[in-house]
Amino acid sequence: MNRLLQSARRILAILSKELTQLRRDRTTLGMVIMIPLIQLLLFGYAINTNLRHIPAALVDQANSGLSRVLTQTVEATQVVTFTERYVDISAAQAAIVEGRVRAAFIIPPDLSQRVARSASVGAGLQTPPSTDEQTSRPVAQWIVDGSDTMIAGAIKSLRAMPLTELLRRPANRTTPTFAVALFFNPEQRTAINIVPGLVAVILTMTMVMFTSAAIVRESERGNMEMLINTPVRPLELMLGKIVPYIVIGLVQTTIILLLGHLIFSVPLNGSLLALAVATLAFIGASLALGLVLSTIASSQLQAMQMTVFILLPSILLSGFMFPSEGMPVPAQYIAEVLPATHFMRAIRAVMLRDASLEQVAEDTLWLFGFMLVGLLIASLRFKKRLD
Amino acid sequence: MTEPVIEAHGLTRRFGTLTAVDALDLTVEPQTIYGFLGPNGCGKTTTVRMLTGLLTPSAGTVSVLGHQLPRDAERLKRRIGYMTQKFSLYDDLTVAENLRFVAEIYGLSHRIARQRISELLSTYALEPMHNRRAGRMSGGQRQRLALAAATIHKPTLLFLDEPTSAVDPENRRDFWERLFDLIDAGASILVSTHYMDEAERCHRLAIMESGHKRADGSPAELMAAMGAHVVEVEAPNLRALKQQLATLPEVISAAQLGSRLRVLVQDRIDDPITWLKAQSLRPAPTDLELVRPSLEDVFVTNTGDHRA
Repeated sequence: MNRLLQSARRILAILSKELTQLRRDRTTLGMVIMIPLIQLLLFGYAINTNLRHIPAALVDQANSGLSRVLTQTVEATQVVTFTERYVDISAAQAAIVEGRVRAAFIIPPDLSQRVARSASVGAGLQTPPSTDEQTSRPVAQWIVDGSDTMIAGAIKSLRAMPLTELLRRPANRTTPTFAVALFFNPEQRTAINIVPGLVAVILTMTMVMFTSAAIVRESERGNMEMLINTPVRPLELMLGKIVPYIVIGLVQTTIILLLGHLIFSVPLNGSLLALAVATLAFIGASLALGLVLSTIASSQLQAMQMTVFILLPSILLSGFMFPSEGMPVPAQYIAEVLPATHFMRAIRAVMLRDASLEQVAEDTLWLFGFMLVGLLIASLRFKKRLD
Repeated sequence: MTEPVIEAHGLTRRFGTLTAVDALDLTVEPQTIYGFLGPNGCGKTTTVRMLTGLLTPSAGTVSVLGHQLPRDAERLKRRIGYMTQKFSLYDDLTVAENLRFVAEIYGLSHRIARQRISELLSTYALEPMHNRRAGRMSGGQRQRLALAAATIHKPTLLFLDEPTSAVDPENRRDFWERLFDLIDAGASILVSTHYMDEAERCHRLAIMESGHKRADGSPAELMAAMGAHVVEVEAPNLRALKQQLATLPEVISAAQLGSRLRVLVQDRIDDPITWLKAQSLRPAPTDLELVRPSLEDVFVTNTGDHRA
């Protein structure tokens, strides 16, 4: 009992020393607040996967009333904006190569005939659908810079757009094959999905960065030789070093979620308890990971490089921007190792889908497990020796 | 009290192909100051680190305060104090905060810690700057703070690795006064240095060179056993005279001290002054005088090519 008390006092000593040092390090303290604030504002506004107003060129070879109506109908979808007009197709292609536009819309001279045929087919009149090539021809053509799959996808969505306006046909005549109901984010706003994910990305960055530098800094500044000559134990040192950053992590999470709610109307549908438990588990796991890096790195610069090495896959593979379902299976396994992947799933489940703590238990427990293993590895790797 | 506080046999440490410390035998008696004298890179710091349990010896046995190293290193840590060569307290903490931190790490109770800290602040004249950050203090102040921190838990044995390298002579004298106070209070001290005046204050001394112990004993013993006469020579052209002397096999060394040349002559020459006069030196010495050897002379005769 006495030994435990002594141990607790040593942890407290390191903890309060860390806090004092942190309080005097104004730059770091500023980053604690500014990193989540700026990144939330930047990414919350900037990242948008619903593409709007893609610059496109128009080549209207029909140049008729009908073609103008068609152009307006396409622009009314807001997917594209016609920024350039050409008479020549090759000029439009050149504009795509130069990057002035991402796509070109070519309306052929025989537009009215094509529309007439299309109308007779699509309207399901008495004339049976013909296999004749002429009958099945589309009314116009898109040339797209297909190298960007997201641009291509947006233009492709125009492929089957209804031409009710053009054909003066009642709108409800075309029934979709499937009914799709969009739960949790019916307006399809990207910020709803991005803001909870940002918590995972920002915490990965700050938590791993702070702790990966924590032990190395003691060595770099020469304090380690004094520390390892005292009775302090490795686990005590590790715990004393990470506890202040747990508080910082919670402060950052609060900033992101509060501003996310106020500025981007991101809902918090689930319980605060489930959110707090999952967040704590993730903060713990990230800090433990940082400590392990700290025992490997021999300078703060190396620690920083390792942090970036962890950060990039945490952004790109964790499901923050790209759903993991689209990744090859080996990449999914790698993603599963990263704490950010598990937290990304858990926080989105809790915040957006009102998942209960039991429903995110698997990811949360995994994170707690990661923290324990990380702390153990860091304590075992840390030697109170210089050789 | 008669048991040695440090006893090492055949202590060796290799780093790759380099042997930093080679088969060192060492005995340090209680309540003494034992000095390691040697140039930079002679293995002083490596030895201190092995004796505190920070480095594992490649060979040899070490017993410090009855603890076998490296096995019992953790138990030893509470009973020793270690002042590192480079300042190792926190620059961004104040004097009082640094001492409080160290006190808590050593598990001193709040009451005892407060009492010890105020004692140490007055002993080491740190009271007026207890609120100043360590990074903004002078070399001498930082060194006193480091000594205060190293002795906060009243260690039986204190290791000081080049404690006065960043300190002016006046502060150095004060510092040694404090060390003798600690000895009076029952502690033992092992100190490494490359200053002759500092080495001269030690009870016992080991002269180190490239990992080997070349000689050990009290400063007086070492001077008595030096095996050389010291002659101070005056002459019009000392540089030319020095070059001539260096060619004589009986002359161990000749070093210029202002307008005089300090010449070490092997003690198989019974009367060095007559012998020197008989050497037909050009220019001829105007004055020759036999003087008392210093520790520097001991160091010179025991190291380098001059080793007997």
